[in-house]
Amino acid sequence: MSSNLLLDSKSVGVILHRLANQLLETHLDFTNTVLIGLQPRGVYLAERLAKLLKDDYAVKDLRLGYLDITFFRDDFRRSEKPLSASKTKIDFLVENQKVVFIDDVLYTGRSIQSALSALQSFGRPSSVELMVLIDRRFSRHLPIQPNYRGRQVDAINEERVRVLWKEKDGEDAVYIENKNLK
Amino acid sequence: MSELSVKHLLGIKYLTEDDIQLIFETADHFKEVLSRPIKKVPSLRDVTIANIFFENSTRTKLSFELAQKRLSADVINFSAGQSSVKKGETLVDTVNNILAMKVDMVVMRHPNPGAGVFLSKHIEASIINAGDGAHEHPTQALLDAYSMREQLGDLSGKKVLIVGDILHSRVALSNIFLMQKLGAKVTVCGPKTLIPKYISSLGVDVEHDLDRALAQSDVANMLRIQNERLDQSYFPSTREYVMQYGLTDQRLSGLERIPLIMHPGPINRGVEITSSIADSEHSIILEQVANGVAIRMAVMYLLAGKQ
Repeated sequence: MSSNLLLDSKSVGVILHRLANQLLETHLDFTNTVLIGLQPRGVYLAERLAKLLKDDYAVKDLRLGYLDITFFRDDFRRSEKPLSASKTKIDFLVENQKVVFIDDVLYTGRSIQSALSALQSFGRPSSVELMVLIDRRFSRHLPIQPNYRGRQVDAINEERVRVLWKEKDGEDAVYIENKNLK
Repeated sequence: MSELSVKHLLGIKYLTEDDIQLIFETADHFKEVLSRPIKKVPSLRDVTIANIFFENSTRTKLSFELAQKRLSADVINFSAGQSSVKKGETLVDTVNNILAMKVDMVVMRHPNPGAGVFLSKHIEASIINAGDGAHEHPTQALLDAYSMREQLGDLSGKKVLIVGDILHSRVALSNIFLMQKLGAKVTVCGPKTLIPKYISSLGVDVEHDLDRALAQSDVANMLRIQNERLDQSYFPSTREYVMQYGLTDQRLSGLERIPLIMHPGPINRGVEITSSIADSEHSIILEQVANGVAIRMAVMYLLAGKQ
């Protein structure tokens, strides 16, 4: 398996600051905006951004939730094993709020479709935006595009984008792996 | 682990400890789903489930049906009273006819012990036993243990008392199997006539004095006197049963520490438990009912994923 470094820790740091600034530019003081990290891997990016916005940009009362989409996926009966769920924690109302979904990688768009269905159970937001660290363009199955993206890559289907986070994996980095190449 | 080791839920005795933990963890997620403004998920939208009840049931059937609807499954209901069973059709024929309509899962209650096991050998669909005679009622035991765990944490080493008609109770047997798998110590209490002789071979303590049993227990699970199954006189009178084995205010007031009070329902108020205790803060009877939906959602979700 080949493994190429796409982003190192420093590049991830720079991108996080840019994404935080883009969010600030659009949402200012976040009074009517809520951030929702998608389980399981989107929550790390969401937590990092929330911390950055609070610590470096003095955003107060930022609301952050986690959404698990397992029960809303369209491939439940097509996968080998039952899908294990993660925790959903949204302890605020999303009714009439501007929701920003946060995920690590945007690939086919199916997860985002499921997340949009899942979000309906919590009310009717005034708008939904999408932020991703890595946007794998040309691999979409659905007409879904991010509003904020860290880096766009043209990975082919055999390749896998792996996003690592310091708190979970020991380093901040993004790799592109290919099982068929040595 | 994300998969059950079994294709059917026929009884607690067929489940591993990992299966039980997986069901509890999945039920935690469904409990959260049930607290949302919209309590429905589309997980089982291409799954058809038949509820086949050869015996009366109110809350189990309602609970299963609600769980199925919360999972977006298609549901068909069948009660033996209004069916061709009365015309002499056999169990396998009845169920095969239902399966010919492309049903993926069967929830069955039947008066004969082992009916679920029998059926599982003849048909392809997943089977959930919703009570087979005096044998097992696995989802009731799972929701009981889940409710206890919510209140008491880990059940290992906890003392669980089951009071009443153990002889005719499928809830008792499933509960005994499950409590033991989770490391709890089980004592049964009731008149000698309503405690089966084999029970001590299951590793269960037998106590005939309710006051003494209550004093040592963390949980008291009060079972219903099943008048419909009492084909002969097992105790002299209801009044005498209440005096010896009914959970009364007087009895509880004598205790240093009041155990968690549970009842699988339906309650004979004033017989096995008084109204004031059933409705008191020590009772988690309504939590049991609420948890029943989450547990049944978890079981059906996990079994559907196995297909």
